[in-house]
Amino acid sequence: MTKYIVKRVFYMFITLFLIATATFFLMKTLPGSPISSAPKLTSTQLAVVEAKYGLDQPLPVQYGKYMLNLAQGDLGNSFQFKGASVTDLILSRLGPSFLLGSQGLILGLAIGIILGMISALRQNTIWDFGSTFIAILGISIPSFVFATFLQYWLAVKWGLFPVALWNDGWMSSVLPSIALAMGPLAVGSRFIRTEMIEVLSSDYITLAKSKGANGFEVAFKHAFRNALIPLVTVLGPLAAGLLTGSLVIEQIFAIPGIGEQFVKAIMVSDFSIIMGTTLFFSVFLVFVILVVDILYGVIDPRIRLSGGES
Amino acid sequence: MKNNKFFWLLSLMLVLSVFLAACGKDDAATPAPNGDDDKEPATEVDEAQVLNLIMSAEIPTMDSALVTDSVGFDLLNNVNEGLYRLNDENVAVPAIAESEPTVSEDGLVYTFTIRDSKWSDGSPVTAGDFEFAWKRAMNPDTASEYGPYMMGGVVKNATAISEGKAEYTELGVKAVDEKTLEVTLEKQVPYFLSLMSFGTFLPQNEAFVTEKGADYATNSDNLISNGPFVLEAWDGTGLSWQLVKNDQYWDAETVKLTEINYDVVKETATAVNLYTTGEKDRTALSGEYAMQYAADADLVTELETTLFYFKYNQQRDGKDTPLANVNIREAITKGFNKQDLVDVVLANGSVPANYLVPKAFSFNEAGEDFRDINGEMSEFNAEEAKAAWEKGLSELGVTEVTLEILGGDTELSKKMDEYFKSQLEGNLEGLKITLKEVPFAVRLDLDTAQNYDIQVAGWGPDFQDPYTFMNLWLTDGGNNKMSYSNPKFDELVNSSVGELAMDPEARWDAMAQAEKLLIEEDFGIGPIYQRGTMSLVKPYVKGVVTHSFGGDYSYKWAYIEGK
Repeated sequence: MTKYIVKRVFYMFITLFLIATATFFLMKTLPGSPISSAPKLTSTQLAVVEAKYGLDQPLPVQYGKYMLNLAQGDLGNSFQFKGASVTDLILSRLGPSFLLGSQGLILGLAIGIILGMISALRQNTIWDFGSTFIAILGISIPSFVFATFLQYWLAVKWGLFPVALWNDGWMSSVLPSIALAMGPLAVGSRFIRTEMIEVLSSDYITLAKSKGANGFEVAFKHAFRNALIPLVTVLGPLAAGLLTGSLVIEQIFAIPGIGEQFVKAIMVSDFSIIMGTTLFFSVFLVFVILVVDILYGVIDPRIRLSGGES
Repeated sequence: MKNNKFFWLLSLMLVLSVFLAACGKDDAATPAPNGDDDKEPATEVDEAQVLNLIMSAEIPTMDSALVTDSVGFDLLNNVNEGLYRLNDENVAVPAIAESEPTVSEDGLVYTFTIRDSKWSDGSPVTAGDFEFAWKRAMNPDTASEYGPYMMGGVVKNATAISEGKAEYTELGVKAVDEKTLEVTLEKQVPYFLSLMSFGTFLPQNEAFVTEKGADYATNSDNLISNGPFVLEAWDGTGLSWQLVKNDQYWDAETVKLTEINYDVVKETATAVNLYTTGEKDRTALSGEYAMQYAADADLVTELETTLFYFKYNQQRDGKDTPLANVNIREAITKGFNKQDLVDVVLANGSVPANYLVPKAFSFNEAGEDFRDINGEMSEFNAEEAKAAWEKGLSELGVTEVTLEILGGDTELSKKMDEYFKSQLEGNLEGLKITLKEVPFAVRLDLDTAQNYDIQVAGWGPDFQDPYTFMNLWLTDGGNNKMSYSNPKFDELVNSSVGELAMDPEARWDAMAQAEKLLIEEDFGIGPIYQRGTMSLVKPYVKGVVTHSFGGDYSYKWAYIEGK
């Protein structure tokens, strides 16, 4: 297990190196530059600014310097927030995104799993149709529509939660988390239903039943665990997407999150923030994928990790 | 055993989420400008002087040497004060300057006396603070965009410094003593005193700036103020902050508001919801919201001093474009209905522009609007447009012309471009319009390279004088980038800051002639509209002053009454 993890971590670094390199060169092909939106700079001042940010150097030199700084953990300073360190910016924006993402993920998965199980166990009943209907809603309606709906009814009309902003403590996170939960809810419910139905018709369930296991035991002890495996597969990207911020939800609820900032950085060619957040997302994604792989082994002992074979 | 591991992991995730939730609560509670504790007294005490506002973007910097955006200028105008300030009637009046300056006979040396006033840390505001700030803005190491732009051709040696021909220490500003500031100009500048209210000319406390170094003005802990308010609870990149009354301000007695709470909200729908629930006292309306609330009792429509126009590029890749022909330019200028554009497409309080210098922007000594001299020019007229078009085509010896309109990539820009295309193609037979819609940064690149035919561009003033619009079109002017050149126009505009600088009537006349030449004879640009804004403002908000340049609003005279 340890050998496997060490090997995976090594590959993680290779992956990140390649991502950093690709992003750096792709970013340089973007039209405009951080200072092209400063039309009032005189040519002399422009040269000074370019020199200050190292933009006057040949591309390979810029790349070398960037990678050297990166190796020392320095992501540089933002262009749009003059003097602000990219690391500080990411860290300060991360908390809200992570809180909303984790709450949305846990809430969505918990409800989705319950709905999926009900669907599977009560196949072709009103329960099944009801659960499937909710899942279809979750898949087909974008989260920002839910967000707008929740904001209007639960906040503006009934005054149960804050309309938006990040200044009412945990209460501020409720509506955006619910809006974010709709995605994982739909995915969780659909996967669990399909897998449970398949597992419930397999031989070992028949055997368990013939041995006298009751319905509860069959559902939770035998079927549920195996039905989780495909869900875990999609959990990685889903978690990475949610935990690292949702642009639309953060914008609708005016939350100081990282997703909102990432898109703005692209719009204004803020190279440092684009690089910093891309790298951060990448680190997070490869880490989550590693965790998911480890989870496979925990859920299903048939999947062996040693030696990297699975 | 495996079961245990699985449930252990699940439990860990749950514990982590609870922990994160707890952290989130603490973090969010710290600034809490709108927290319940703050809100309750506001509803109980009728006259709590607290204003809750929305900003459309974060603050990039609060360093007056580096600021370039409207959010920064707006806040600086409320937390700092320069030699002059725009008063509640939008007239620049002495502020940190005790009185009007003495001016040398040749009009080149201005001597200001600094009033007794303090920074928010208790230290006195001195003439040296101005000298330090202005020179710092010209220091190449500061990499200020507005310093060289605003001071070039105005303060002595500024142009030479920005060209690297002089040291920044040679800038024509000198603190004679703690109370006396002497400014030497490059030439006579009739609008110089109006410039003194602009953000770039604010003072900076040398000891404080030096002590903070690179951290200066990057968050509210690293900032001091000499204006009506102090900035608090700003972490440098966050979406909320607060202005609190500055008790050290020399005119603190006038300031009634004790607190202004800001939150950045980028979605109009969210902003409107916050306004509806009473959490915010003002919100700007855009797009469909402007139409939806057009009859609302709280609606306030204001005309900005920003003008949008077609730039006609006369040379592309070293060759003349069809727009080098004056009749083609006239045809396009007169070939689309501007009233329908502002009523139907924009629907935000904008008005058609048939001029260059905006309405309600610059006034002569008798208080008359510059706009009243030339009035409307080159209005929409399909028949005149058609006649000019046919004349232009025959002069070019062609029957068809294809032109590209370069515009922005926002929804509004795209809607406008479609409108231009349908109007112009419908009114001018043989014209084919292609549209190119790109992000702002790309548009600037294409503008610099003069790689476009027609561009939808806009300009907001930097000081309160028609010259801020007129100088854009001087031959080889920094913003010209369309090969427009008319020696007569150059002569008239240059005379307004040259030999006529100290003759207000004659220079006003010269600029009016120049405007007529540009718009009505040369059709150098095609004016489109003067931008308006629509906002919802709570009726109990009084005394907020909207400015025509520099910072958008002043809250020095604002108060809450009848909430």
